This record gives sequence, structure tokens and C-alpha cells, in this order.
Amino acid sequence: MNTTVATTGTEGKAWGGGNQPLNASYGKMMMWFFIVSDALTFSGFLAAYGFSRFKFIDSWPIADEVFTHVPFFHGNYPMIYVAFMTFVLIMSSVTMVLAVDAGHHLNKTKVTWYMFLTIIGGLIFVGSQAWEWGTFIKGEYGAVQTKGGNILQFGEYVDVDGAQKFKRVAVSDFAKVAEGERAQHESKNGLWFVSEGSIPEYSVDEIYAGLQANSNILVRNQILNEHGHKTILTREESLKQLKDNGKLFVQGANLQVNEYGSSLFADFFFFITGFHGFHVFSGVMINIIIFFNVILGTYEKRKSYEMVEKVGLYWHFVDLVWVFVFTFFYLV
Amino acid sequence: MAQEHNLAIFRGLVKFKSNTQKIWGVLVFLTVITAIEVLLGIYKPESLMGHFLGMKILNWIFIALTLVKAYYITWDFMHMRDEKASLRRMVVWTAVFLICYLIFILLQEGGYVFDVYRDGYIKRDF
Repeated sequence: MNTTVATTGTEGKAWGGGNQPLNASYGKMMMWFFIVSDALTFSGFLAAYGFSRFKFIDSWPIADEVFTHVPFFHGNYPMIYVAFMTFVLIMSSVTMVLAVDAGHHLNKTKVTWYMFLTIIGGLIFVGSQAWEWGTFIKGEYGAVQTKGGNILQFGEYVDVDGAQKFKRVAVSDFAKVAEGERAQHESKNGLWFVSEGSIPEYSVDEIYAGLQANSNILVRNQILNEHGHKTILTREESLKQLKDNGKLFVQGANLQVNEYGSSLFADFFFFITGFHGFHVFSGVMINIIIFFNVILGTYEKRKSYEMVEKVGLYWHFVDLVWVFVFTFFYLV
Repeated sequence: MAQEHNLAIFRGLVKFKSNTQKIWGVLVFLTVITAIEVLLGIYKPESLMGHFLGMKILNWIFIALTLVKAYYITWDFMHMRDEKASLRRMVVWTAVFLICYLIFILLQEGGYVFDVYRDGYIKRDF
């Protein structure tokens, strides 16, 4: 019941709410507002990544050397897989905008199919992301962390078409395993109230012994030279560095250590791609809900597919964020 | 309820016949840009390794191409091209202003911390 002012004489006029100055419905405008705020959140993360990177600008890991794997293929293919992921996400953006377009023509069959394809694209992307994480966590060559938290990697010079090229060597290929050197602490054979996490596969001494035995292997540290490559130490310097500063064998990356270089790189990678992946995941969930609504004919009855348009905005935004993540994590 | 769409991109240089056609056109354009980025990223041409305003020219190219992609995703996939100028400015200007501010502050500070590590009394122990 209208108990307050019933009529003001301005209904339908500009100041009576009679027009929509922005020519957008409430829902769509709120989606835009959400997107702006979410864009600022992501910018905050990416700018923080930039901060850490500028802080260690001369020793940051080289993305090309970190993400080199493609599922089902062996070998060194930098960027290829992530380019594929980018394409999948752009493609699913296209099917989404086609669904929106079909919605404008009230074509239920087409909207259904395009929504379906969008969901499939989203799932492929999230799956690829999980695989990428798995590969990064597992690592490849292994490295030694120094007392100061830096990373020493190993490799050797090989002849490639007449030119000397530095090729990485896995720690497991040269470390000399000494039997029974170090036993895992268990509460039944030591202090019952102390527990110990898993001990590294190799001790630094074992790696040092391996390095001494293989005179072709050199150490590479994190510092970038003027050509943008990591500095390779001389043989004497290699042995000295490992003996004096080597502390812990690390394989792969997690929130504490990162065999590819600065552990901040791994932290930001997990955090930002994880947050983005979470967005993709929730986007897929929302798309599935809308997909079923389309099948059930909810929007057919409404004579308006605006809900598809709104989730479409969100989905494109996820794509938009990925374009930036791709640039700042993999390219720059 | 077919909505009005602005079907011209590149400032009217390319004009599409239907909205669907425009979508595919933009996809082709975005794919080409991504391919260029990937190729530059793999081969890293030596000629683009010079520095400009504190960053490699190649990185500036990557950022520019990213902004171009972002523009077409927002304008054509999110239909910003068809929205009213006021809505467009409300969203874009706000975000662009705040993001530029944030990036400037943080990168400036990051560069300063780097200088302190390099030239100052605080040394990283190796």
C-alpha cells in the first residue's frame, strides 16, 4: 500500500525515475560495477607482482625456462601450451558472445549449444591450469638453495650446431648417493614429541660429491647478465659456491621453495593464477546454472535472455584478466 | 528484440554485415595478436632488446598488444561499443585512473628497494 507520498507528478519524467540515464538495466550495471572492483583487485595483485619483480629485477626467473612443457609431448616447447590455453579461453569467450547474440534473437536451441560449448571451453582451461600447476610443483632438474635463500642450478656446455650451449642437468643424474647417511627422524626412535617433515632426496654433500666427480658440470646462479641470461660460474667458483653456501636440495616449487629462482615468483604464480582459476571455476558453475535455465525455458518464458548477457559479461571479464596474467607472467 | 549493434571496427575501416560476423572477425584479430606475442616471446629478436624508459622495447610491445586485446574484448565481446558514453566512461576512466596510480606507486617503490639492495648498506647475504 502506498502510505507515503502517493504521487508527485513527476512519474515518467527524468527526475521521477522515468528514464534510464545509462540505458542499462539494474542487473547489467551492477555486473559492470562488480567487474570494475574485481579488475582493481586483480590489478592490485599484478602490481604487487610487479613490485616484487622490480625489487629483484636482476635475478627474477625467466618464464621461458620455467614453463616449457606440453602434455603428451617430450621436449622443450616454451609458451606453446599457455598460448593454447589463451586461445581456448578466447574461443570460449566467442561462443559466449554468440550465445548472447542468439539470445537477442530468442533462439533457444542456439543459446543452449553455445552455452554448452562455453562450459566445455572453461573446463578445458581449468584442467590445463591444473596440469600447469602440477608440472610446476613437480619441477624438472632440481636445484640447491643457498643459506641466503638463492638458488644454484646445474648444467653443462654442449655442442649444438658448432656453438657452445649451456644445457641444464638434473641433480638426480649426477648426485652420488651415500647409503645410510641420514635417517628419517621418527617419534618412536627419537624424541616422541618432535616430528620431522620429509627429508630432501639428496643432501648437499651428496650433490657436492657428484659435482666433484663430474668435471663438465657447472653451477648457474640467479643473477641475470647484460644479455638477460643467468650467470654461469667457472668450475672452481661452482665448487666453492656449493660447498660454502649450499644448504638444501629443492625439487619443483611450492610456497616455501622454488627450484627456478626466487620463491616469490612461485608464491605469486600460485596466488594469481589460482585466484584467476577460481574465477574461471565459478564462471563455469554460473554458466552451468544458466545453461539449465535456458534448457528449462526460463528465459524463453521471460522473453528476454538478459541473464545470459550478464553472465557473459563476467565470463569475458575472466578472459580479459587472463590476457593480462598471460602477458605479465609468461611474456614480459 | 534484436539490439542495435555498432558493426564497424578500426574506426570504421572494417565494417561487418552482422553481429555474428563481427564476432568472428574480432576472434581472428585477437588470435593474430596472440600469435604475434607468442612468436616474439619465443624468438625474442635481438633488435627489440634495447631499453626504453627503463624497460626492454619488447616488453613495451607486449604491453601495448595486451592493451589492444583488452580493448577489443571489452568493446566487442562485452559490447562496450554499444553502451552509452556515460556508462563507458564511468567504468573505463575509473579503472584506468586507479590502476595507473597503483602501478606507478608500486613499481616506483620496487625500483627503489632494488637500488637500496644494490647500492645501499643493506646487502643480501649469499
